[in-house]
Order: sequence, then structure tokens, then C-alpha cells
Amino acid sequence: MDLTIDGLTHRYDAVEVLSDISLTIPSGRIVCIVGPSGCGKSTLLRMIGGLERPSAGQVLQLGAPASDCLNPLTFVFQDFALLPWRSVSGNVSLVLEDHALSRQDRAERIADVLARTNLTDFADALPRQLSGGMKQRVAIARALAVNPAVMLMDEPLSALDAQTRELLMDDLVQLWTRTPFTSVYVTHNLSEATRLGHRIVVLSRRPGRIREVIEIDTPLDARDSTDPVLARHQDHLWQLMREEARAADAELAHG
Amino acid sequence: MADPHPVPFRGGGFRPVQKRGVGLVVFVALIALVEWGTRSGWISNLTLPRPSDVAQTLIDLWQSGLFLQHVLPSLSRLAVGSAMGVTAGIAVGVLIGLFSLARAGLVPLVAALFPIPKIALLPLFVIWFGIDEGSKYALIALGTFTPTVVATFGAVDNVDRTLIRMGQSFGLPWASTVRKIVLPGAMPGILSGMRISLSIGIILLVAAEMLGAEYGIGAYILEAGSLYDLERLFAGVVILSVLGVVVSWTIGRVEQRMLRWRS
Repeated sequence: MDLTIDGLTHRYDAVEVLSDISLTIPSGRIVCIVGPSGCGKSTLLRMIGGLERPSAGQVLQLGAPASDCLNPLTFVFQDFALLPWRSVSGNVSLVLEDHALSRQDRAERIADVLARTNLTDFADALPRQLSGGMKQRVAIARALAVNPAVMLMDEPLSALDAQTRELLMDDLVQLWTRTPFTSVYVTHNLSEATRLGHRIVVLSRRPGRIREVIEIDTPLDARDSTDPVLARHQDHLWQLMREEARAADAELAHG
Repeated sequence: MADPHPVPFRGGGFRPVQKRGVGLVVFVALIALVEWGTRSGWISNLTLPRPSDVAQTLIDLWQSGLFLQHVLPSLSRLAVGSAMGVTAGIAVGVLIGLFSLARAGLVPLVAALFPIPKIALLPLFVIWFGIDEGSKYALIALGTFTPTVVATFGAVDNVDRTLIRMGQSFGLPWASTVRKIVLPGAMPGILSGMRISLSIGIILLVAAEMLGAEYGIGAYILEAGSLYDLERLFAGVVILSVLGVVVSWTIGRVEQRMLRWRS
């Protein structure tokens, strides 16, 4: 299933936050959206996932999702959004319980995603017992359990420390290499973008407009931090964003 | 250069730690003081009864079988009345928390009901629900209802919105979102609200029994008071205090059991 974003514009009262965004998200690829803080990239993601209504323009789904897909557009949130009163497997089970699945089918799905995210041994742990990285793994497992057509990832690694972030990036690359998934990945971290993105969309400061779209052809599992091509891409991204980031930093918050 | 000296410690404090048995020591010390005061005569027996006499009164009360005769009706009034009030309160509180229309319509009504001294309404309740148990149930129910509503809708308001957003993003049906996300998330607030409601319930129970009951802790205390029988009056007060402690302990246990997921 592909997604097409067509002339999306959004304003809060009089403030325009997104301006005329048009974009395609091809199936089986990771599209990263980067931009300075307050450029509306998270808002854009929420609109792609139907959690917010744009002022103008639309998001179109092309083609039907796979038949065993329970929730085509599935989010992974920055703050994990796990239910603290449910165990790891309970949190995954939450998103399956309202679907007509046999008990066995549900148990198999849970076991499968926990195995894919290396969480099998933690199935009965409560979220408060887990580290930040583990919590985000649970959230990724939960997202995989519904077999999404598109994973919408909202700064999924931003709440984690640098080492954990590296580990989770490796995990994501592994997951994608084994079974390619479609994803829109919002981040402000340029190394995450060059590491995980097949296509990187640079947004400008408010109102967010597309400034440039970069394609990186290196396969995900062949990328590493010493790759000069990636370093050049990352530097190019930074040059694009530098002035904007400075201006965004100096801006007063809108009441 | 002055001599090296260790950096003085200035952290610490401002963190309650559990001290076992101190509460009990305060109780025992206070009672011992009164016992000693009444025995040595600097507390006259018109000021305070002797604690040992109060204990003896309680023992007599138990042996005569009157204890259960007074306590059981009181307990059943408290149980029925507060069960009605708390159930209705949680239901209305959740409605207010979930629906803007209910909030706009009911919050002013609850604000108007809350400060009314419910005891003042007892004569009215006697006319509406009869002099028997009905009026007592109604009084306790109304008294526990308003604080439960306020605690519940506050607790629902405080449920982490990102969790609700998560539920919506996975396409959870509305009823599941309420049952699996909103209610468990509001449970800590609802339970701490119940501590307050049930204490108010006990106060109203006694008030209702004082105004018209043959048996009950309130009736017992009123009778002792009008005879200026301090030993029996204090025996009644002790029963009420114990009731309050038991209720609070029970809620504590329920909290421990239901909120095990909190650190």
C-alpha cells in the first residue's frame, strides 16, 4: 500500500504550521522527515495517521493493505505510550483483543512479535521494570503485532540515551532487512535519518514546506557511521537546516 | 591555603520514610497520660473518663451482646448507603470526564450540592424515604456521592492523554478505550477519593442515627451523652475511631492490590 499526500496545509487559528506538502510514500521504504523544532513534522505525521484533520489537502491510500493487516496506519510514539498496568505481553495483547482472532492466533502473534524484538524473556514484566530502550522495543512489538501497512514513527528514539539509540537503530535495520516494512519516520536527529531513511524529506521552519527530498541508495544493512557517502549526506542536511535551526531556536513560543 | 576539610553534607530530608510502631507509641503514651492524670486526680472525672473504665465499658458492652446489636445496623447502613453513593458517584464522574455536555450540565449542579450540610436535609429525607433505614441510606449516599464525583472526574481528566491517543491510533473501539485505558488510569484518583467519601460516610452515619434510631453507634453515643455517661460516650467514640481505621486500612489493601503496577 502506498500513501500519497496531496497539497496538505494546516493552520492553528491564524498561524500556518504546514504549507502545501505533497509527497509519496512508496511501499517497502522508509521515508524520514527531518526539520527544525516546531516545523510541524509531528503534526504532519498525525495527519498521515488520521489523528488530526488538516485545514486543506488530503492523505490518500493507494491500493489495499494485506489481508492479515489489522491496523493499516500504526504509530510508534516518542514516549512509548505503554499501559503501566499491563505486562509486556498484555500491552501487545491490548491491540489484538478487539479483533476477531482465535485465542491461539492471538497468542501466536504475541509470541512472534516478542521473539522478533528479543523480548520473549520479558513477556510478564511490567513497563516500570524496563529500561527506556526495552519500553520502545515493546512499543515496536505492539506495532508489528497488527501487521501494519505503514509504520508511523514519531521520534521513536528521541527519549533514549545515545548508546541505546544505536542499539535500537541496529534492531530496526535488522527488522527491516528481514521483512521490509513501509515507514514514515519523523526525527530531528540527522544521523538517524541518514542511517534509516531511503528517502529523506527536509522541512523548513514554520510554516513547514518541503525544502528538499534526498534519496540514499546504499542498502540499509550496508550503512555504517564511517561511510563517507552518508557523512556527506548528513553534512548537506545540516547545511540546509543550520540557519533555520538557529532562527527556530531564537523564536518566541506562540501562546 | 587552609587545611583540607571534607565537603559538608547538605542534602537529605524532605522524603518521608516509614517508621514502624511510632503511631502506636503515640496512642499508648496519650492513653497512659490520661490514665495517670485521672488516677492522681489532676484530671477530674467530669473532664475525661478513666481509659481503663472505658475499656471495661467496652467489655461489658460486648458481654451483654449489645455491642453487635449497635454495630451491625450501623455497618449495614454505612455499607448500603456508601455503596449506592460511591457507585453513582463513579458513574456520574466518568460521564463528566468523558462527555463535554455532561460536564457543562452537571459540574455546576455538583458544585451546588457539595457544600450543603447533608444533615440539614435529614428531615426532608425522612419525609421522602421514611423514618426507617431509607432516610439513613439516602443521607449517606448523598454525602458520599459528591466527593466521589469530584474525585472521579478529576482522575479521568488526569489520565495520560498520550495513552488515549495510542488507543485511538490502534483503532480501539470507544468502549474498550474507556474500559481498558480510562478506568484503570483513573483508579488511583478514584480510590483516594473513596478514602474521603467513606470518612464523610461515617460522620453522616452517626448524625443520622442521632436523629432517629433505636440501635446504632450514633444512638448509643447520643443516649450516653444525654445521661452524661462519659465512659459509654467514649466507648462509642472508640468504636467510631476503630471503624475509621479499619475503613482506611481496607482501602489501603485494595490500593496495594489494584495498583501493584505503580512503583
